Amino acid sequence: MFPMPFLVRRLTSVLAVLCAGLSSFSVPADEYAAKRRAMIDEIRRETRWVSSEIGKSELDSRVLNAMGKVPRHEFVSEDLRGIAYVNRPLPIGYGQTISQPFIVALMTDLLRVEPDDTVLEIGTGSGYQAAVLAELAKRVYSIEIVPELTKIATERLKRLGYAEVETKTGDGYYGWPEHAPFDAIIVTAAPTQIPPPLVQQLKPGGRMIIPVGGQFLPQYLVLVEKSEQGTVSTRQIVPVQFVPLTGAH
Amino acid sequence: MGNSGTAPRRDVAPPPLLLLSVSLISAAALVYEILLMRLFSIIQWHHFAYMMISLALLGYGASGTCLTLARGFLLRHFASAFVLNAALFGLSATACFLFAQRVPFNALELLWSLREWAHLILIYLILTPPFFFAANCIGLTYQRYKAGIGRTYAADLSGAGVGALGVVLLLFWVFPLNALVIASGVGLAAASLAWVALALRPRTLVVSLAAATAVPWLLVRWSGAELRPVEYKSLSQTLRISGAVQIEERSSPLGLLSVVRSPEVPFRHVPGLSLNSPVPVPEQLGVFTDGDGLSAVNRWDGSRDSLGFLDYVPSALPYHLLPPKPKVLVLGAGGGSEVLQAIYHGAAHIDAVELNPDMIDVVSRDFADFAGHVYGHPSVTVHAEEARSFVAASREHYDLIQIALLDAFTTSSAGSYALNESYLYTIEALEAYLAHLRPGGFLAVTRWVRLPPRDEVKLFATAVETLARSGRGAPEQRLMWIRGWQTSTLLVKNEAISDSDIAALRLFCDERSFDPAYYPGIEARQVNLRNRLKEPYFFEAATALLSPERDSFIERYKFEIRPASDNRPYFFQFFKWPLLREAFRLKGSGGLSLLDMGYPILIATLVQSAVISVLLILAPLRILLPRSGGGTEKGLQYRVFGYFFAIGVGFMFTEIVYIQKFILYLGHPLYAVAVVLAGFLVFAGIGSRYAARIAPHQAARHIFRAAKMIITVSAVYVLIFPLLFDLSIALPASIKVAVVLALIAPLAFFMGMPFPLGLARLASEAEKLVPWAFGINGCASVVAAVLATVLAIQVGQFWLLVTALSLYGFAGFTATHRHRDGRAGL
Repeated sequence: MFPMPFLVRRLTSVLAVLCAGLSSFSVPADEYAAKRRAMIDEIRRETRWVSSEIGKSELDSRVLNAMGKVPRHEFVSEDLRGIAYVNRPLPIGYGQTISQPFIVALMTDLLRVEPDDTVLEIGTGSGYQAAVLAELAKRVYSIEIVPELTKIATERLKRLGYAEVETKTGDGYYGWPEHAPFDAIIVTAAPTQIPPPLVQQLKPGGRMIIPVGGQFLPQYLVLVEKSEQGTVSTRQIVPVQFVPLTGAH
Repeated sequence: MGNSGTAPRRDVAPPPLLLLSVSLISAAALVYEILLMRLFSIIQWHHFAYMMISLALLGYGASGTCLTLARGFLLRHFASAFVLNAALFGLSATACFLFAQRVPFNALELLWSLREWAHLILIYLILTPPFFFAANCIGLTYQRYKAGIGRTYAADLSGAGVGALGVVLLLFWVFPLNALVIASGVGLAAASLAWVALALRPRTLVVSLAAATAVPWLLVRWSGAELRPVEYKSLSQTLRISGAVQIEERSSPLGLLSVVRSPEVPFRHVPGLSLNSPVPVPEQLGVFTDGDGLSAVNRWDGSRDSLGFLDYVPSALPYHLLPPKPKVLVLGAGGGSEVLQAIYHGAAHIDAVELNPDMIDVVSRDFADFAGHVYGHPSVTVHAEEARSFVAASREHYDLIQIALLDAFTTSSAGSYALNESYLYTIEALEAYLAHLRPGGFLAVTRWVRLPPRDEVKLFATAVETLARSGRGAPEQRLMWIRGWQTSTLLVKNEAISDSDIAALRLFCDERSFDPAYYPGIEARQVNLRNRLKEPYFFEAATALLSPERDSFIERYKFEIRPASDNRPYFFQFFKWPLLREAFRLKGSGGLSLLDMGYPILIATLVQSAVISVLLILAPLRILLPRSGGGTEKGLQYRVFGYFFAIGVGFMFTEIVYIQKFILYLGHPLYAVAVVLAGFLVFAGIGSRYAARIAPHQAARHIFRAAKMIITVSAVYVLIFPLLFDLSIALPASIKVAVVLALIAPLAFFMGMPFPLGLARLASEAEKLVPWAFGINGCASVVAAVLATVLAIQVGQFWLLVTALSLYGFAGFTATHRHRDGRAGL
C-alpha cells in the first residue's frame, strides 16, 4: 500500500553487502602460520609505540616465540578464525573475551616467566593465555569461574597437547593453595580488590599482573611485585604511550 | 470499508473522537520512544539508548516523504488509512522491539568490527516502523482537515504531554516490557476510536479492533518474551557463576534494580580496599542497576568489629582527622557501605541521602535483617532525595560530607555518563557543600582511579576553582588528596589544614599502602612510592592546578578537565577531539581506552540525524515538489524551510534549557523531563487551540506577537530564577511542581502558536507545502534535541537559551517580512 521509502531500500542493500562481506571463510593451515608471523611483527611495532610507558622498546623474544607457536585460531569459534590473528580482542561466548594479542604479549612479558616456573592463572577463558604461559613455564594452573568455559578450555588444551596446564572451576580469590607458592600469577578476570590469598601464594620475588577495565579494553595493568623480603608494591601501567599534556610547556 | 474512495470535503473540522484518537497515538508514540530508551538502557548501555532519539526522526521523515508521494490516494482513503496506520502502530510497537532485541548486537565491538555497525543499522530499521505509522496518522489528519489544523495540533501536543507524564507514572507501576505492551494497546484502542469516529463500516468490526488491544499482551505471553541483556553486562556475567541467583527485582523509572546472592563465589565489593586490611569482607548481596553498576549490601551482625575493613579504604581518611563523634552527611548512600563506615567510626548522627527509593527499600525492608537494620540504626536518618536538592534545602551543618563512589567503574570507564547533566560535582555544588560544613569540617569526594587520570584531576580542578572563587582562603592550604590502586579521595577542609592533619594523613597512608598525592607543603619525594605510576601524574596535576599556570594546564591537558558548572553541568565529559586521532593511532596497543565514548556517540547521532534529515526533507523538496517557473515559489520554499526549521529548533532548545534548569529544582532528571515536557506540550496545545480561532490573514501579526512574548517572558525568567529557586527549593515536591507548571504555562502558551498559525497560513497559500512543513518541523525538533546537548556542553545553557530566543525572533521576522511581490510573510 505504501511505497517503500528509498532510504530504507538503500540501507537494506548496503546492509546486505556488508553482511555478505563479513561471512566466514576458511583458511589453510600454513596460512595461519603466516598470519601468526604477521601478528608477531605487529606486536613488535606496537611495542615501539609504547616504549616510553613500559620502559623498553622490545618485548622478551621468548614471549614472542611462544605466541608464534600457539595456534590462536583454535581458541575462537569457527566464524572468527579468519580474524583470529588480527590485533584485536575477540568474543568467546559467555560474556567473556580473549584479549588482543599485544595485551597478551605485554602481560606475559611483565610476568618474566622462567622455564622452571610455576604459574597461576585466574580466569582461564578460552585457554589461550594459559597455552602461551605453558610454552614458557614448567607448570600452569588455571582457575575459571564459569563451569562451561572450564570444560571447553580443558578439552581444547588437552587436544592441542598442553599437558603442562591444569584447570579447575572455582573461586579464584583463594588461589590454589595445594600448588602454591607461585613464581607468577596472572588475574585476567578483573577483581574489585587484589585478593590477599593470592599475594600470600606469591613467592618472594614473584610478580602478579591484573588488567583493570572493561571486557574488550583493559584501561591499565596493575603489576604487584613481592620483594625478596616479602614486601609488596604495586605499579600501574597504562598500555599506551601517554603524554598528559598537549603542546609545548 | 465504508466511506473510502469518495473525495472528502476538507473544510470541515475533525470529529472530536478522531482528535482523541490523535491524542492517544501521539501519547503512545512518545511513550514508545521513552520506553525504547529505558529498555535499551537495560539490554544495552545508556549511551546507546540515547541514539534511539533519531529513530523517531527516521520514522517521521519517512512518513513525510510517503505522504507527499501518495497524497491524493491517501486522502481519498483517509479513513481506512488512518485506522490501518493506528492499528499497525499498536501491533508493531511491541513486535518490533521483541524482534530487535534478537539482533546479536555487541556495542563493545563497534570499534573493531564492521559487522556490529550492520547490526546497529538493522536494529534501527526494525525499530522505525512504529514511528512511521504514528506519524502517518497525525500527518494525514493535518492534511485531511485543513480547517482544523490548530485543533489537530492541540490534540497532538496535549497527547504527547500526557504521554510524557504518563510514562513516568506507568514505570512506577509496571515493568518496562509491560509498559510497552500497554503503549501498544493504546495504539490499537486509538484505531478502534477512529473506526467509530469516522463511521467506518461494518460497525461491528470495532469489536474485533477493541479485542485486538490484547494482541501485544498475548504476543509477549505466548512467546515467553523477556528482556535479554547483552552477555557483557555485569549482571549477565554474575549470573553465569555457579550458585549465583537473582533473589529480588524492582523496577521504577529510576532504573531496574536486581538483587543477587552468590554463595559459592561471594561478592567482595569494597572499591579501593587496601591490601593490608586485616578484617575479612563480610557476606554481601550484589545490587545491579539496569544490569550493571554493582553496589553491595553488607551482612552486618550489629558489631562494630566486623566493619573494620571499611577503615581500609581511602574514603576513611577524614575520620582520622576529625574529633570523635562527628556529624556526617553521606550523599549517595546506596547499599549502605559509607553509612556503616560512619557507624564504625562512631558518628553521632548520620544523614544518609539516596536518590532511588527502591534502593532504600532493598536495604531497609527486603533485606533489613541481612543488612543489620543499618538504615534503622538509632544514629541514622535516611532521605530519599537527590543529593544537591537535599543540600540546597538543608539548614544543617556537618563535620563531614562524604560523597560516595556513586557510579560503577565499568559505566564510568565506558563514558556512559558523558552526556548526563550531573549537578553533583559542579563548582556551585562544591560551594554549597562547603557552606554546610561546621568549622574544621571536611568535604570528602571519592572517585575511581582512571588512567590516564581524568575524573580525579577534573575534580581537583573544580575544588581549586571553588575555593579560589569563594574567597575562603588560599586553596593550597585547604586540600588533601590521596590515592590507592583503585580509588582516590579528595578532602576539602573549611579552614586551613594543620600539621596534625598532615601527620594523621601520612600515618593513614603508611598503614594502608596508599599514596599521598597532595597536602600543603608536600614534596616530590613523598609521592608515587607505593602504587607507582610511570610519572607522579596526580602530584604534578595538583601542583600545576595550584600554580598560576592553572588555566594553561587545563587548556593543554589531554582530557577535558575544565571544571563543570551549573551552566555546563557535564562533569563526565572528558573528550577532546585530538584524542580521537591518538586513540586510533594507538588502537593496536589498547589506545582506545583513552576514549570516553559518550561524546563521540553524541556527535555521531547528530551527524546521522542531520544526514537523514537532508535525505528525507531536502531531497523530497528537490525531487517531488512540482517546480513552478517563478523565483517567488522558490523563495517561498526557502522561507517555509527557514520558518518551520527555526520554530522547531527554537521550541526544542527552549524546552531542553528548562528541563536542565529544573533538574536541580525538582531533584531528578526524570521528574524534570516528565513535568517540563508535559507542561510545555499541554500548554502549547492550549496555545495552538487559541491560535486555531485566528484567521489566516491575521496570522503574521499574531506570530510576531507570540515571538515577542516568548522572548520577553524568557528574559524575565532569567532574571528572577536565582531568587525564586533560593526561596522555594525547600518547599514540598507537589508545590514545586505547581511552581514549575505555573512558570511554563505562559511561555508554552505562546510557543504553541507559531506552528499552527504558520501552517494555516501556508494551507491557504501553498497547500502542497503543508506535509513538507510538518516534516521540517518534526525533523528540526529531533536534530535540535541532539544539537541542544552538544551546545550545552560546549557553550552552556545560557547561550543555548539565547540561541533559541534568536530563532523565535528570526521566525517572527520571517513571518511579517514583506516581500518584493508585496505579499506578507510565508
